[in-house]
Amino acid sequence: MAITVTLPAVLAKLANDQRTHTADGATLGDVVETLAQRYPSLAPRLRDEAGKPYPFVVYYLNDEDVRLGDGFAATVADGDEVTLVPAIAGG
Amino acid sequence: MASHSTLGERALPPLERAELLRYSRHLLLEQVGVEGQRRLKAARVLLVGAGGLGSPTALYLAAAGVGTLGIVDFDVVDASNLQRQILHGTSDVGRAKTASARDSLLEINPNVQVETFDTQLGPENALAILRDFDLVIDGSDSFATRFLTSDASVLLGKPNVYGSIFRFEGQASVFNVGDGPCYRCLFREPPPAGLVPNCAEAGVLGVLPGLLGTIQATEALKLILGIGEPLIGRLLLVDALDMSFRTVTVRRDPSCPACGDVAHGGGTIRSLSDRAQDYHAAACEVPASVADGGIREITPAELAARISRGDDFDLIDVREPHEWEIAHLSGARLVPLGTIPQALSDLDRSRDVVLYCKGGVRSLRAAEALQLAGFTRLSSVAGGILRWSEDVDPSVPRY
Repeated sequence: MAITVTLPAVLAKLANDQRTHTADGATLGDVVETLAQRYPSLAPRLRDEAGKPYPFVVYYLNDEDVRLGDGFAATVADGDEVTLVPAIAGG
Repeated sequence: MASHSTLGERALPPLERAELLRYSRHLLLEQVGVEGQRRLKAARVLLVGAGGLGSPTALYLAAAGVGTLGIVDFDVVDASNLQRQILHGTSDVGRAKTASARDSLLEINPNVQVETFDTQLGPENALAILRDFDLVIDGSDSFATRFLTSDASVLLGKPNVYGSIFRFEGQASVFNVGDGPCYRCLFREPPPAGLVPNCAEAGVLGVLPGLLGTIQATEALKLILGIGEPLIGRLLLVDALDMSFRTVTVRRDPSCPACGDVAHGGGTIRSLSDRAQDYHAAACEVPASVADGGIREITPAELAARISRGDDFDLIDVREPHEWEIAHLSGARLVPLGTIPQALSDLDRSRDVVLYCKGGVRSLRAAEALQLAGFTRLSSVAGGILRWSEDVDPSVPRY
């Protein structure tokens, strides 16, 4: 099942300079792990050492914040879109 | 007209004859009209930061006739600000940003009252400064100030018009209005220093704060006028490279420590001393583990002395290639901070290693990474190549 993951530019730098990625998986956590293994330097920016999402990076699954649902356990389906929104502070 | 003015009910000042002319294009809009313009005149808006975002926001709010603009900023105008901070001009370099901002705003519109706070917003003064304003515009440039601004806004019940930028991307939203979420509902905690983009990644397209700041100004005007659909419960994501604008949903989190409900374990921040640690961290601060010792900092003058003595050491530049092209020290080798894990096998643990970057923070991070990898003979150049330019060789350009 192909899930589209969109990274912000700051993280895309660690992922072959590509903003949009496709990955397979049954859950959001699977998709994140697939990307983490594909891009080892991106891995620590995607989730913490325990494999959990950070409180300063929001995962949107089709425009809904997954923290208010099942988090990384959320099931994903073909065609779903995941968007990472990290906290940024520039002004 | 979906929303109510954030000002609530209050006596509105009359418009002078000259103001009727100045604001005629507003008065012709039925959504503004004379009453809306009087509402703008009555409004008191606080800008946290007179930098990239604060510049267009303040200029447009002044032009629009917002009666009182407060500006908090402790910084002075630097030449490197002028690429995007359009409140300030070339002749303002070295002046306090608040003073420069005041002059620019009064030139745009002398009817505006400008209240300046030439100080760093901190937990000790935030409530006193924010208290007298109707809404707050967050144009700050650090997580510490953003979390402080947010928490203070929640405690005081002030709407917080949020904008943030990074390189080519920006975010905007409206927090603390009605049942809407706050900033902490979106980002619960500031990132630790090691996980925020480093200084090398911190460039920004000059026009980007113009895009986001005008969105913040627009949202502020809508809140004051009580018109339209403000970005409440929505986060606008702007990408200037794709020129894409999309919104995602931000829901109020009942367990949010700032605005959440006690019944759901939220609302634990009752004062600004409850999360004091969140108001200190910043993207470009020295990691504590380095400040504790173990890694030596040397001044550029010491480095120059070591070079002229012919000391034997490896000089490593941990900046990015595009910075190396601007200027680098003779005899140095480029190993960008992010590539250190891959470069370990090319570095010699048995030799002295001196690291430098632009300002002295990345080189400490690099030293920390090398220390973890077993290097012990590490020094970092305090103040980086910028201080080298100041103290040793002014022919090295500053950037």
